Amino acid sequence: MAYKILVVDDSKLARMAVAKALNTLRPDWTRLEATNSDEAVALARQSPVDVALLDFNMPGRDGLALAAEIRALDPNIALAVVSANAQQEIVDRAHQIGATFLAKPLTEADLNAFLVRAEDQFKAAPR
Amino acid sequence: MNTASLTVLTELQLDALTELVNIGVSRAAASLREMIGRQQVILSVPNVVLVDRQEAVELLRQQESKRLVAVHQVFEGDITGRALLIFPETNSLELVRAVTGGELSLEDIMELEQEALAETGNIILNGCLATIANMLQRSLRMSLPEVLRGEGPEFFQLDPPPEAGDVVLFLYINFAVHERDIRGYIAMLMDMPSLSALKVLLDEFIERETGSSPAQPDADA
Repeated sequence: MAYKILVVDDSKLARMAVAKALNTLRPDWTRLEATNSDEAVALARQSPVDVALLDFNMPGRDGLALAAEIRALDPNIALAVVSANAQQEIVDRAHQIGATFLAKPLTEADLNAFLVRAEDQFKAAPR
Repeated sequence: MNTASLTVLTELQLDALTELVNIGVSRAAASLREMIGRQQVILSVPNVVLVDRQEAVELLRQQESKRLVAVHQVFEGDITGRALLIFPETNSLELVRAVTGGELSLEDIMELEQEALAETGNIILNGCLATIANMLQRSLRMSLPEVLRGEGPEFFQLDPPPEAGDVVLFLYINFAVHERDIRGYIAMLMDMPSLSALKVLLDEFIERETGSSPAQPDADA
């Protein structure tokens, strides 16, 4: 199945790096990009997404606040918060929202593991 | 302080550098949390600008009117320069208190101040520089940290001055520690040959990360 993924990061480089990885890992998926939380919420409202990859440290609302908002829009979306800031409070809060914590810089292997889990989840509960 | 006064880096190079700094500082925050008894360290998004020394002094003067403390380290390798962690002197005892815990008397804290500042600076600066060096696939040698005090201008005029002139990479981050409001700045001074080397390394990094050469950005970049 090809799903729709939303990539949110204020860094263009980080978005390009994720795009490169996704082109290798899931070339048939549709990718949407946003540079901040407002844009991301607007996009997610306009066109429901299956998977979202959210940078933590962004100007405006951070990735955890955004994760909670997106979770409220859709309880079954697969969420990951991406950050080099692996403080326990941040990892715990991500888990509380039901988001996966992924370390930055994001590796293809970690991204793939997250995508596989998302696909398994969608198989068990089709979208 | 949103516009770079020196347009020697392309938009994408500056974005890549900001992202590297963001990752470095975020990792340093996680280390700092361990140092200060697992209290959360909250970081703002780094604001990175490339300016000359005079502008760096001016930026600092606009933000801070009081005396400042700086932890200074020299780095050497493909890129050579100085890294400075700068914060208001009034924050310095707070930072030391956070690092040493609540039990010490003011006298003890003052005695430990120099050492704790050097160590905190070392962790933050090393976190930043080591991450940047690793991601650029280069190694950097770091000197021991040294604590400086002053009004600001002297931090940017340390001896010996570089022969070819230099630029200052001025990074502004807020870091708050468990309700203690501590803010800081990171500055990196580099000479022109190092800046040229940095541009090449950033382009290589961008190419590795995105799979496209920065000179020929792909259509959806």
